[in-house]
Amino acid sequence: MTAATVAAEDKPRAVSDIGVAGRFLFWTSVVLLCAWVLVPIYLLFVNTFSSPQEVTAFPKTGVPSFDMGSVNFFLSFTGVLKALWNSVLVAVLTMLLSIGIGAPAGYALSRFEFPGKATFRMLVLMTRAFPLPLLALPIAVMFIRIGLDDTPLGLALVHTTLAIPFAVLVTFSIFSGIPIELEEAAWTLGCNRLQAFQKVVMPLVLPGITASAIFAFTISWNEVFAAAVLTVENRTLTAFLLQSLSVSPLHLRFAGGAALVVPALVFIFAVRKYMFAMWGIANR
Amino acid sequence: MAEIQIKGVAKSFGSFKALHSIDLTIADQEFMVLLGASGCGKTTLLRIIAGLESPTQGEVWIGGRRVDQLPPRERGIAMVFQNYAVFPHLTVYENIAFGLRMKKMPQAEVERRVTRTAELMHIEQLLKRYSGQLSGGQRQRVAVARALAMEPDVILMDEPLSNLDALLRLEMRAELKGVLANSKTTTIYVTHDQVEAMSLADRISVMNGGRIVQAASPVEVYRNPAARFVGSFIGNPPMNFLPARRNGDGRYHVAGIALDGPPKGGPELEFAIRPEDLTVAPGGLKATARVIEPLGAHTLVTTEVDGALFRAIVDSDIRIAPGDELSLMPKPDRVRWFDPETSQAVTA
Repeated sequence: MTAATVAAEDKPRAVSDIGVAGRFLFWTSVVLLCAWVLVPIYLLFVNTFSSPQEVTAFPKTGVPSFDMGSVNFFLSFTGVLKALWNSVLVAVLTMLLSIGIGAPAGYALSRFEFPGKATFRMLVLMTRAFPLPLLALPIAVMFIRIGLDDTPLGLALVHTTLAIPFAVLVTFSIFSGIPIELEEAAWTLGCNRLQAFQKVVMPLVLPGITASAIFAFTISWNEVFAAAVLTVENRTLTAFLLQSLSVSPLHLRFAGGAALVVPALVFIFAVRKYMFAMWGIANR
Repeated sequence: MAEIQIKGVAKSFGSFKALHSIDLTIADQEFMVLLGASGCGKTTLLRIIAGLESPTQGEVWIGGRRVDQLPPRERGIAMVFQNYAVFPHLTVYENIAFGLRMKKMPQAEVERRVTRTAELMHIEQLLKRYSGQLSGGQRQRVAVARALAMEPDVILMDEPLSNLDALLRLEMRAELKGVLANSKTTTIYVTHDQVEAMSLADRISVMNGGRIVQAASPVEVYRNPAARFVGSFIGNPPMNFLPARRNGDGRYHVAGIALDGPPKGGPELEFAIRPEDLTVAPGGLKATARVIEPLGAHTLVTTEVDGALFRAIVDSDIRIAPGDELSLMPKPDRVRWFDPETSQAVTA
């Protein structure tokens, strides 16, 4: 091979030029990734919407019979609806608290210079250095003393401490992505600091804030340890299912799994537009 | 009336002194350019006038009102930023209307002003677009229109053209000059581009190391630099400098020739001359040509005089080759002298 041909071939080929092997690799990856997400959800739903006999039967048809028996039984099971409501309540409280506290901290970190800024950032992360099992008992004792035990608010406070490092650091980078000049321009055009924030910064950071709110929501929704330790009567769905489903028949476990997955899916679906929206592109 | 007075304004960032006691008065409707290299404090001074930065000491007065304790929105200013700062979530129309809406102006007046300034900046066909759909030049126009729509007493501009490409910059420069002259506002314009400064300014304040070295008309700054720095910063190529020593005859000797110096000058001065103020004539400075750069109408000759770099712009008819010996005669009325101790100009 001459030097000239080496030089000619020594450049990356265009994506449209990929050979059969490349195309195979591409589509295999796509299929595998989709399967990774969709197959468990599919199996969950097939079994949820099948009669108890079909769940344990073999061979499988792979098609749900839309027998609502399991679902109805599950929903009428004492405490399920209350646990579901508790889960939603705690997750929404966690979301509001962690954004309400985390976003101002993120804004301050991104816009102001203050003594101890680096230490503060470190400390925010340090809250995750203590494992929850270690903290759960003292927290439980403390909550009992001040009457916060077995309440959605008490659990939401614990979940907030779990979610807040992410809320602070994510909103910090979101605010840092908004040029300070935009705010300064608003100040020179007649805004005070709060008005500039409302009219200029807020609309621009909303997608990012939404994303980090969803994250806080799912952290709380999925959390089971603190929920199991800190609540007795007012269990969240995860804690409730952990307690009752281990002794339940298979078809009820599927119904319980679906009940955990569906609200999270619906919630993410509802706010997805704010996650992907970029000004001037997706929204217009 | 919006005369701006800056009285003893100083600014420190920690132990770093960004501005050393600045005193400057800018007349009503004057176009003042703050010119200097990056880090000289020009943007800091502009931001102090805008109220985006507070001075460590000193006072700022706009239109007879002391404003240094007021927030930006109460100073009667509008500002154009280097990166335009066009709000990406609003249309061009709403961007221009932003400040007017903050003033709770009636819709009819908002409409009238937006339409008028958009026409002025030739962006009336872009009013429905978002900033993401605009080119750099168009964003710049929106930023200027947004400032003009406020009908402010003072417009502050922070290197507004530096992000545009060369051709567009030239076009916008001429346009800005026309628009701002008609708007009858006082303008303070920060730039590091001396050509921009020369072509736009009524007066230029040359800044260096947190101080104003000279504040004068563009021609004055060019012809009679108040300090060595001004001569070496302004002009392309900049001024030539050579050491000069006074002899017993009272004349100053520069690289082998004798010249009449300023009567009040010390025994040692620095001789300075602009490259275009040299002619090839006998009896001048002995120079050895090193690099010849024909520029069309003129030829830029980089020479060596007494071991120092020395540039001359000569008529392109004159044939010169590298290595040639030249005699460069300075025009007597264009020779300038500086004190080597203080770097200040020494005049007669």
